[in-house]
Amino acid sequence: MSLLTLSDIRVRYGSVEVLHGINLRVEEGEIVTILGANGAGKSTTLLTISGLVRPSSGEITFDGKALLKIPSHEVVNLGIAQSPEGRRVFGPMTVLENLRLGAFSVRDEQTTARTLEWIFELFPRLYERRQQLAGTLSGGEQQMLAIGRALMAQPRLLLLDEPSLGLAPLLVRSIFETVRTINERGVTVLIVEQNARAALKLATRGYVLEVGNMVKEGRADELLADPSVREAYLGG
Amino acid sequence: MEQFFQQLLNGLAVGGIYALVALGYTMVYGVLKLINFAHGDLFTIGAYLGLTLLVSGGLAGSLPPVLAVLLVFFMVGLLVALIGCALERVAYRPLRKAGRLSAVVSALGASIFFQNAVMLVYGARPYVYPNSLRPDFTIELFGYALPGMRVMVIAATVALMLALWAFIQKTRMGAAVRAVAIDQGAARLMGINVNRIISLVFLIGPGLGGMAGLLVGMYYGKIDFTMGWTYGLKAFTAAILGGIGNIPGAMLGGLLLGVVEALAASYVAFAWKDAVAFCVLILILIIRPTGILGERTADKL
Repeated sequence: MSLLTLSDIRVRYGSVEVLHGINLRVEEGEIVTILGANGAGKSTTLLTISGLVRPSSGEITFDGKALLKIPSHEVVNLGIAQSPEGRRVFGPMTVLENLRLGAFSVRDEQTTARTLEWIFELFPRLYERRQQLAGTLSGGEQQMLAIGRALMAQPRLLLLDEPSLGLAPLLVRSIFETVRTINERGVTVLIVEQNARAALKLATRGYVLEVGNMVKEGRADELLADPSVREAYLGG
Repeated sequence: MEQFFQQLLNGLAVGGIYALVALGYTMVYGVLKLINFAHGDLFTIGAYLGLTLLVSGGLAGSLPPVLAVLLVFFMVGLLVALIGCALERVAYRPLRKAGRLSAVVSALGASIFFQNAVMLVYGARPYVYPNSLRPDFTIELFGYALPGMRVMVIAATVALMLALWAFIQKTRMGAAVRAVAIDQGAARLMGINVNRIISLVFLIGPGLGGMAGLLVGMYYGKIDFTMGWTYGLKAFTAAILGGIGNIPGAMLGGLLLGVVEALAASYVAFAWKDAVAFCVLILILIIRPTGILGERTADKL
């Protein structure tokens, strides 16, 4: 059984349908990427999984449970955490306060302390800046914080929305390497990216989303070699 | 000098009351971006409930005055907190997804409802808090005799503000309240139940406002069913002065407004105190439109 399954998900914003019945599955231990242009519906897909956007029809199951029957604040408890589009760190709060909020649903202080240690190991910069206000961090540091904050919930599935957006190439590589490290620690990753090449090199499988429709899916190396994907997303 | 010192303390006492009420406006605005126009009337309800519990409830007769007042103080806080929480459920939550103006209209309606409810229950004539409840001691400080009532009001408001500050800054739930005020969507991604946090804010804000109502009743002696309008307006001004949505700002704004008013009343003219207070507001809004401690609206990178 797959860890996460979306079947025939339709989402409307007002009278406009933005997802026209998409299907997607993520197996335990995988890194899966969703590629697509701006406005294709990638972020909407992730927000729907986290419960912030409610689909008009369709089904989502996570670990055998029907996610759509659960209020959004309990989705985190089940093991799904998200680093959202635009990072959305709590700017007027310190780095440490942000991370602790990430563990809001975790009641056990000891495991939280261990997770915090691990996150500072992954991102030493966050440790250096732990007392600084999140709003004063650089873009790359805020991205680290957003990922670290999501990890504080000790998720089984980590949703990453455009972690490379607006970052220098060197930083992008380092973030992607960290994502791999996180995955090796047993966290399944679903990553949405415009940086298709880097995402496909990282992922096991990928999906291509075009204006609300899943038009392609396959192993990452197949997609990397696919002529139409190359033309549309990899610059020919 | 004595006059200045006494007026300063008077200002701090009144300002502390403004600050308590202002906290309710500012916290609700923080999480819902809504001005709760019924907040001033919750304050009125606090003043009346306090009187009822003390006099009709007989608490004033059966217990030592200090104990009775302390007990009623917290009972009023609790009762008004529950009314505030119910107000949110009935008047605001069903309109959460409607336009912001709908909630404002609902708030104005709730204000009228509460004001008239108080008038129906208690009648339109003013009530007087029994003098026997007012502490009659004085405290010697720097050679001045300070009325005990004034000192008690200052102590009570400062204690409540410190408790609130500690809750907001140092606890897990307090951090969640701040997170919801900053970004509701991101807060939900953290697994925070936003509805519960909003309910919590509607417990704390009205609770503090209700206690402030009791303090006003004890400090000035006289209460009437329209008092929520004047105090609500002043406290709202204080919240704007400090920066709406900002908790320390409401505290600072309240104290500042109280002191400015008291000094204006004694050095300019009593009739001019409101004018001076609003002039200060206008001046500060010209220099700092976001209020003294208000932040720029968060920049998203």
